[in-house]
Amino acid sequence: MSLDLQTVRRVASLARLHLEEGEDQRLQAELNGILGWIEQLQAVDTSDVEPLSGAGGTAMPMREDVVNDGGRAEAVLANAPDRAGDFFAVPKVVE
Amino acid sequence: MHPTDFTIRGALEALSEGIVTSEALTAAHLRAIEALNPRLNAFITVTAERAMEAARASDTRRANGVAGKLEGIPLAIKDLFCTQGVRTTAASRILGEFTPPYESTVTSNLLRDGAVFLGKVNLDEFAMGSSNATSAFGEVENPWKRGNDDGTTLVPGGSSGGSAAAVAARLAMGATATDTGGSIRQPAAFCGIAGIKPTYGRCSRWGVVAFASSLDTPGPVARTVEDCAILLESMSGHDPKDSTSAPAPVPDFAAACARGVKGLRIGVPREYRLEGMPEEIEALWQQGLAWLRAEGAEIVDISLPHTKYALPTYYIVAPAEASSNLARYDGVRYGLRRDGEDLRDLYERTRAAGFGDEVKRRIMIGTYVLSAGYYDAYYLKAQKVRTLIKRDFDEAFRGVDAIVTPATPSAAFAAGEKQDDPVAMYLNDVFTVTANLAGIPGMTVPAGYDRQGLPLGLQVLGRAFDEETVFAVSAAIEHAAGLTKLPQVRAFA
Repeated sequence: MSLDLQTVRRVASLARLHLEEGEDQRLQAELNGILGWIEQLQAVDTSDVEPLSGAGGTAMPMREDVVNDGGRAEAVLANAPDRAGDFFAVPKVVE
Repeated sequence: MHPTDFTIRGALEALSEGIVTSEALTAAHLRAIEALNPRLNAFITVTAERAMEAARASDTRRANGVAGKLEGIPLAIKDLFCTQGVRTTAASRILGEFTPPYESTVTSNLLRDGAVFLGKVNLDEFAMGSSNATSAFGEVENPWKRGNDDGTTLVPGGSSGGSAAAVAARLAMGATATDTGGSIRQPAAFCGIAGIKPTYGRCSRWGVVAFASSLDTPGPVARTVEDCAILLESMSGHDPKDSTSAPAPVPDFAAACARGVKGLRIGVPREYRLEGMPEEIEALWQQGLAWLRAEGAEIVDISLPHTKYALPTYYIVAPAEASSNLARYDGVRYGLRRDGEDLRDLYERTRAAGFGDEVKRRIMIGTYVLSAGYYDAYYLKAQKVRTLIKRDFDEAFRGVDAIVTPATPSAAFAAGEKQDDPVAMYLNDVFTVTANLAGIPGMTVPAGYDRQGLPLGLQVLGRAFDEETVFAVSAAIEHAAGLTKLPQVRAFA
């Protein structure tokens, strides 16, 4: 499977990456190089093999459904590029 | 002997005997950093004043009879660990001046035990790289030089290149690091020091900037196997704030270093014998096995048949998880912001300006393999092959207690090499990446030199949660090797 330019642009859009002029073509070449190399996995017989999503091997632990942290607006907002009161500020979204 | 030449074990003894103070140790390391960091670029941020205050507080605690397990030991912290009140960059522009209002669990544990932090050390951007060349804060120089060629700058490896270079050059006694595909073990090998990636779940990931969550493993680097054991014991332990942190007791790792290898069965995987591998790597491997045999271990040939699929599996799984983890950098809550025409344009321009090329490549690959229509062919396929890789190890460890392999397929390479071909760079991790996929512990121990005098390491792999055997085997190799060469660029040389 090799990527065409349109797919490269679509993936960049999904990933919310603005591409500069000509960047799509460079990425297309690089990504196809990597994907071509990855292709060798198709040679492995994985029928009847369960996927492994993590190396931990233990079940997700459960905890009590209670509030155990919070009320730290200043700490949460301390690194915000822009704020309005106790909120993160962004450009106007709704006219 | 200069204070920067102490091992951690030696410094702890000297501190307890009153031969040296933490203030003196810390001041000596800060002077070494001042002298050599302009050249090596191992530190992104040096916290000299904080370090001196912490050292004096440590000396006071010791004088009052309350000395922690790492009381007064000066360490470097990979700039991927969040440190309260100290800028944390992940070596990326996108984090801007981000200053965490909290402390990572691993660094909290080290502080609890009395460690002194000298500052934050360089790495590949978001820990994505094998030469430290992708850092937004510049490349790091390996303190080792080719014997016959003083002019060539060598890479320290990556991603924990700053950690390894700082410890090798004696700018710190030890350092925290992280390993997602080899980021502790490869730089340790390139810089001639020891480093362990413990079992997944041994050290909490809470407060460590995320790259690939099912693979990311914090661990230590230091100049001896025992020093790594001392550091790992402090860094480890169950943490309810990381749901993948293991509720397992932390053994006395340092004691395990003295166990010896008599009666142990050591596996030698035939698939790790690569075509075109330098002869000296093969020779080092055979030498390491001979040392272990002489100490009473039994050497056993084993097979890990899916080894060659580990790297391509990794380069699906890791970018997939990275693309998801790095979605949080949106220019809204912290870090860099680039204004745009609307909110979406703000996201896209912020991320385009903030991420470097390698990070963008991996986000693109990850987004693609997770996208509709390709998920099964790539991501699900890779997860199934991951099962087979883990199964290979499960079966091997039924017959052996540890596995010994080369740590890297070559010694440190020159800056600028392998930059044009991402896949050539990825091949650096061919021996290390399997342990991340299987979740097992792996350690690099310096074992010899190549013909140009550059350090080479062996890797010791063990069963999940059996770091003790890994330490025992590594310490036996370290002892037999008896290496004495020092890097050309080092403190007070």
